[in-house]
Amino acid sequence: MGLFILRRLGVMILTALCLTFIVFWLTNLYPNLEKLAKTQGNFRMSDEAVTSYLTNRGYTQALPVKYGQWLGVLPGYEIEGSDGEVRRRCEDGKTFCGILQGDWGFSTVFKDDVSKIVGTRLGLTGKLMFWVMVVMVPGALIIGVLAGMREGSGTDRSLSTVSIVSTATPEYVSGVILIAAFATKAFIDWESIPFKGTATSAADNVTFENFFLPTITIALYGMGYIARMTRASMTEVMTAQYIRTARLKGVSFPKIVLRHALRNALIAPFTVIMLQFPWLLNGVVIVETLFNYKGFGWTLVQAAGNNDIELLLGVSIVSVFVVLVTQLISDIGYVFLNPRIRIS
Amino acid sequence: MENENYDGPILEIDKLSISFFTRLREIPAVMDFSAKIMPGEALGVVGESGCGKSTVALGVMQDLGVNGRIVGGSIKFKGEEMNTMTPERLRDIRGSQIAMIYQEPMASLNPAMRIGKQLAEVPMIHEGISEEEAMARALEVVTDVKLPDPQRMLKSFPHQLSGGQQQRIVIAMALMSKPSLLILDEPTTALDVTVEAAVVELVKDLGKKYGTSMLFISHNLGLVLETCDRICVMYSGEAVERGSIEDVFDEMQHPYTQALFRSIPLPGADKNARPLIAIPGNFPLPHERPDGCNFGPRCDYFEAGRCDSQVIPMEKVSGNDRHESRCLRFKEIDWDAPPEVGETKEKAPPGQVVLKMDNLKKYYEVAANALFGGGDKKVVKANETLSFEARESETLAIVGESGCGKSTFAKVLMGLETATEGEILLDNKSIGNTAIEERDTKTVADVQMVFQNPFDTLNPSMTVGRQIMRALEIFKVGNNDAERRQRMLELLDLVKLPRAFADRMPRQLSGGQKQRVGIARAFAGDARIVVADEPVSALDVSVQAAVTDLLMEIQREHKTTLLFISHDLSIVRYLSDRVMVMYLGHVVELGSTDQVFAPPYHPYTEALLSAVPIADTSVKKKHIVLEGDIPSAMNPPTGCPFQTRCRWKEKVPGGLCEKDVPVTRALADGHQIKCHLTDEQLAEMEPVIEIAAE
Amino acid sequence: MEPLTWTGSLGAILNPLFSISVVLLACSVVIQIVLSFFAPAMTLQSNPDGTLVKRGGALGLFEQTTKLFFFAALATVVLYILGGVIMPYGSAGIIGAMSKQFAPVWIALFLTFLASIMFKRRLGLYGKLFDSIIGMIGFGLVMFWVFTAVFAGLFDLIATHDPLTQISGLKNKLPGVALPEGSEEMNPHYLLGGDNLARDIFSRMVYGSTIVIAIAPMATVFAFMVGITLGLPAGFYGGRLDTLLSFLANLILAFPVILLFYLLVTPEIVETGIPSYMAAFLFVFPIVFFGVLLNSRFYTQPSKRNPMLILVLGGLSWLYLSMISQAGTKLNFLPPAVDLFDIAPGILVVFVSVVFVNSPTVFRIVRGLALDLRTRDYVAAAQTRGEGAWYIMLWEILPNARGPLIVDFCLRIGYTTILLGTLGFFGLGLPPESPDWGSTINEGRKLLLIFVHPPLPPAIALLSLVLGLNLLADGLREESLKD
Repeated sequence: MGLFILRRLGVMILTALCLTFIVFWLTNLYPNLEKLAKTQGNFRMSDEAVTSYLTNRGYTQALPVKYGQWLGVLPGYEIEGSDGEVRRRCEDGKTFCGILQGDWGFSTVFKDDVSKIVGTRLGLTGKLMFWVMVVMVPGALIIGVLAGMREGSGTDRSLSTVSIVSTATPEYVSGVILIAAFATKAFIDWESIPFKGTATSAADNVTFENFFLPTITIALYGMGYIARMTRASMTEVMTAQYIRTARLKGVSFPKIVLRHALRNALIAPFTVIMLQFPWLLNGVVIVETLFNYKGFGWTLVQAAGNNDIELLLGVSIVSVFVVLVTQLISDIGYVFLNPRIRIS
Repeated sequence: MENENYDGPILEIDKLSISFFTRLREIPAVMDFSAKIMPGEALGVVGESGCGKSTVALGVMQDLGVNGRIVGGSIKFKGEEMNTMTPERLRDIRGSQIAMIYQEPMASLNPAMRIGKQLAEVPMIHEGISEEEAMARALEVVTDVKLPDPQRMLKSFPHQLSGGQQQRIVIAMALMSKPSLLILDEPTTALDVTVEAAVVELVKDLGKKYGTSMLFISHNLGLVLETCDRICVMYSGEAVERGSIEDVFDEMQHPYTQALFRSIPLPGADKNARPLIAIPGNFPLPHERPDGCNFGPRCDYFEAGRCDSQVIPMEKVSGNDRHESRCLRFKEIDWDAPPEVGETKEKAPPGQVVLKMDNLKKYYEVAANALFGGGDKKVVKANETLSFEARESETLAIVGESGCGKSTFAKVLMGLETATEGEILLDNKSIGNTAIEERDTKTVADVQMVFQNPFDTLNPSMTVGRQIMRALEIFKVGNNDAERRQRMLELLDLVKLPRAFADRMPRQLSGGQKQRVGIARAFAGDARIVVADEPVSALDVSVQAAVTDLLMEIQREHKTTLLFISHDLSIVRYLSDRVMVMYLGHVVELGSTDQVFAPPYHPYTEALLSAVPIADTSVKKKHIVLEGDIPSAMNPPTGCPFQTRCRWKEKVPGGLCEKDVPVTRALADGHQIKCHLTDEQLAEMEPVIEIAAE
Repeated sequence: MEPLTWTGSLGAILNPLFSISVVLLACSVVIQIVLSFFAPAMTLQSNPDGTLVKRGGALGLFEQTTKLFFFAALATVVLYILGGVIMPYGSAGIIGAMSKQFAPVWIALFLTFLASIMFKRRLGLYGKLFDSIIGMIGFGLVMFWVFTAVFAGLFDLIATHDPLTQISGLKNKLPGVALPEGSEEMNPHYLLGGDNLARDIFSRMVYGSTIVIAIAPMATVFAFMVGITLGLPAGFYGGRLDTLLSFLANLILAFPVILLFYLLVTPEIVETGIPSYMAAFLFVFPIVFFGVLLNSRFYTQPSKRNPMLILVLGGLSWLYLSMISQAGTKLNFLPPAVDLFDIAPGILVVFVSVVFVNSPTVFRIVRGLALDLRTRDYVAAAQTRGEGAWYIMLWEILPNARGPLIVDFCLRIGYTTILLGTLGFFGLGLPPESPDWGSTINEGRKLLLIFVHPPLPPAIALLSLVLGLNLLADGLREESLKD
């Protein structure tokens, strides 16, 4: 078991290295750098000026070298520029300064340390994710179990249709519809509008009024998917021989569902819930943009939209790690939930 | 509320009819079925797949699913009508009064629940006793079903046990509340023969001990003979004959029963004196049943205008106790007339050696822990020093249970795997280390295979003709499509299929027909060696005979060398010239059929012979029940592979069996055995099967 | 002209009917769900005298009422549509006017359904679809948009106005607004109102469908080609190849999709030519696929194989070269005379990135199926007669994996549609004035709290298409599992 986790961890680190390298490479392509130089310097820079600007700041070094420095495994550059000024990557005389040392760089858009921005934004998004999970997971499991309990029954058909509708509604559609319905007087002539169409104020103070719509928007899309997985797994379990055994032992139907079927049926959805994280991340980006909630996803859009290379790298590495860690948890959790694998 | 002193029949089924409803039509699964089980009695229901025998069991349990419906008749349990029971009453009876055991033990146990808990649940529901009390009861019952280390068993999960152990747990679960009726639906089909014998033994003993009545559902006449008092033969949804075991086995009164017995190989008779007679035609689909007698179209005694014009009732056979037959003509038929035997064709004597195995070894390296990877590599010795020869037009049977290495051997011979050591010589040319891609077309076409599972052997999305023609293309037979098509049609003739089948999809064919196509495909390149891997074991009894005969006939014509892999000793005895018995990768015995089936035996052969159920009341069998299960090939025992289960082990001094693998030695001309027993001890062995003088 | 109301004179009768049936349907569904956990299973049992007794009880009753109210609601919808088509323009309100515009689509749908249901027993899996209500609704929704796209894109039917024309004074006007006097447009109203650039929302929605219907299925086909060509050997051979390919697939899957889009679909990246190179790599797979497919099947008959291969590979290669060689990108080598077509660079980038994101998932599915199917006896039979690996993969394994693949294909088109919408929502790739649904939603959401109507029609259109595809997939899965 220990060996298994170790191996998974190894693969994970390798994946993370590959992914960050790809992101690093894509963000450090010349056109991006040129744009950076022009936004930081001035827009009418000549080509030579751009080159010298970049050379002076170490951007024209070989890609692996830059990556190594950014990661913190190669010593930071120290370049005497064409203008005679000596620029160092690292401040206060350190040799190594990269991700590993906690030096995440400086955001050109927010004029602040990347690590600080990422930290606070991640906290805000964590708040959103927490509520999403609270709504989504129990909801999805209940729908899935109820639908899968009696395959082909009316309940199954109605609930399955509901979950299909919810998977077919991406966040930018459901968000727009929900805002229209509950945050304006367009459809329903509210006495007072029950929810807010923006969640900007939720950054300081979460209330039902400002946080319900973004939460439900993300939860809806994931909910249908998890519910369908749960339903599939539940129907499979309910047709299994051992359920018939239990039935013919004289176990009553609610007990069959709760004691015999549930645990077996929840193994598959558990993995799915964990693997939902990369998708949830998408939802977070869309919803934070739509509701103007200044969390992690919103930061990603700002960084990417404004060519803020250091911030974009920071955001990427965090999101890649979130995804990989959840995958790891899902693998390990699956093994723990499933006695068949745990013991063999 | 329960009538403790009830002494009428435990179960009384009267004119029961069950149908399944699909979108298109109603499909009658069981029609006009009646049966009665007295206390302590065991009733066997036999029939081929699709005859409705399992539906009867589920009908008794009132568990027919969404589409199933009881459409007529009554089921009385201890005099109480079950069809109108409330769900609550039904739940009371299930598990406590009627218990059921099914085919797949692994699937019948909840994988995520400890065994103790699953067992204890039964009395906790029905008797409302405390968990400790229930656990104590569970321990008692697990001890009763002869499982080693019952304490530990209760704490395990199902997947930690072997198949045989799981089935014992299922039996224990059924007995937890001491039911008055036990329904067994093919309880041993998924188990190996020697394990099956032990489980059957257990069921018989426990049935006596607990005084339980049994409804035993099986396709195997031999098993029913061993376990039951009465028998009911079903065909296409109807009971066709019922009576006591002796009456039905010895004085059968229905053409189907007779045909069934004639199509299974019995140890008493050899292939010339009593050849197998296949039942012609196919089992009718439920919605294509003929008018009148369902068996009519396949019956030798069919009388047009009479058998197909009326509903045929069950009629009493006078003179016998509760013996009935559903045949209009049973009083007119001369049941003792010997079967018409077609001309017996003499087989060509074995020719020169075609295939020679020389010290063939096949080892696999597997990771000790499949999921977590890494760790130690373990070597699985799938085949250990295989040496034998096979001659032209000879049938060599390879016998053994799961894990004995027979399939690995087939793979190496076919070139799907290469040998670890040793050689395979085809016409004195070594092919053991040549993978299939490197073999020339001729070699590939010469060595072909017939597969076990008829539902898997043909590509479901290609027509039958296309598949055979593809084989012809690959074997470079014929110059153009027209020639190949002609040849394909001839091949269909060879396996006695209508030429129209060329354009059919495999799903439109029955199991036996698919197997015939598989045979035609194997002979597309005029194969000289055909490996038949359990070619008939997945087929129904009546079809088995036909396919077996076909194989033998083609062999006679083509002088093919047939390597017949099987676990069914009856059929092996019937068709093979020589037999090779394998156990955990070792050849434990090799000799001509007569030598292997008569003493001296290898102890394993002896046990195997004893384990095979035989559907003949005149056969006396010695009773040898092997302890435990077949060891895993990943983790074989030291010394002799069979020593863990051998009943002769004590006779060998000095624990030799646990230390050394015995050497192969010759007993008689061409008869070899791998055992530490001395010649004298071997000579003491008595025959396992004796046929009582008639 | 007077502005139009939503339902016109039809509403007086149909609106109450519709709302009553929907409310009742919802109630009945909720009661049924609550009951299902406690009520005993429904069975039919016979009495000794042979009569059947239904043991449905309350649960059975609500199953019936649910069905009844569902069909009632459906019937009202059909009446709205029929009424709109038959009644004169304007008298059936906006809905009536729209359904009149969609008349060619209704006719085409009706004919398709009629023909399909008449011959459903002869049409295999497609025919079986018409046994399931869910499947039929899904198919209907999908075909609605397909026909809309075809009629709008090829014949200029259906839409009332040009999607880019601005008519002053109609900025952000509500649905049903009448055009100012004297304008020469063929239709006197903006049926679904005007957007913030005073363009007709209804027409933009209709033209938006052509973009989605053109890109999504094609991109999915390419993703399948890539996934199949790589997934089959990974599953079939296993070992190192599998480890490597699976690692790469997981690598792409671990990328949050939006991040990937932001990295790939920017003008700067397009400038470097990376999307063109990716296109060159990804689009080569169909050629490989068909080449291997034919060669493995016919290599025993060179006289048949050679002309076939030359024809197919030649044709495909020409298409391939025309596709990747684009004026104005890094890859532009084909002389214009032989270059069959050029795709707008924005669309190409979108196309490539969508294929790239989808391929690994397809790869995983195909690999799983191949792993399962390679243990079948017919695969062993093919091996024992010495077939090549590619023949086994493409002719023995692939055809038997078609069921799950077809289902996934439908789901994946839906997912691709969502991805296209996402790209539009973030303003990536497609030009901002493009009428595609994602971009329109993006335009509209900015003033959402003030003007609700501009983003809703494209949102509902996208929802209905994806829903249709999901329902279609569900219907196909159900039907392919039966018998």
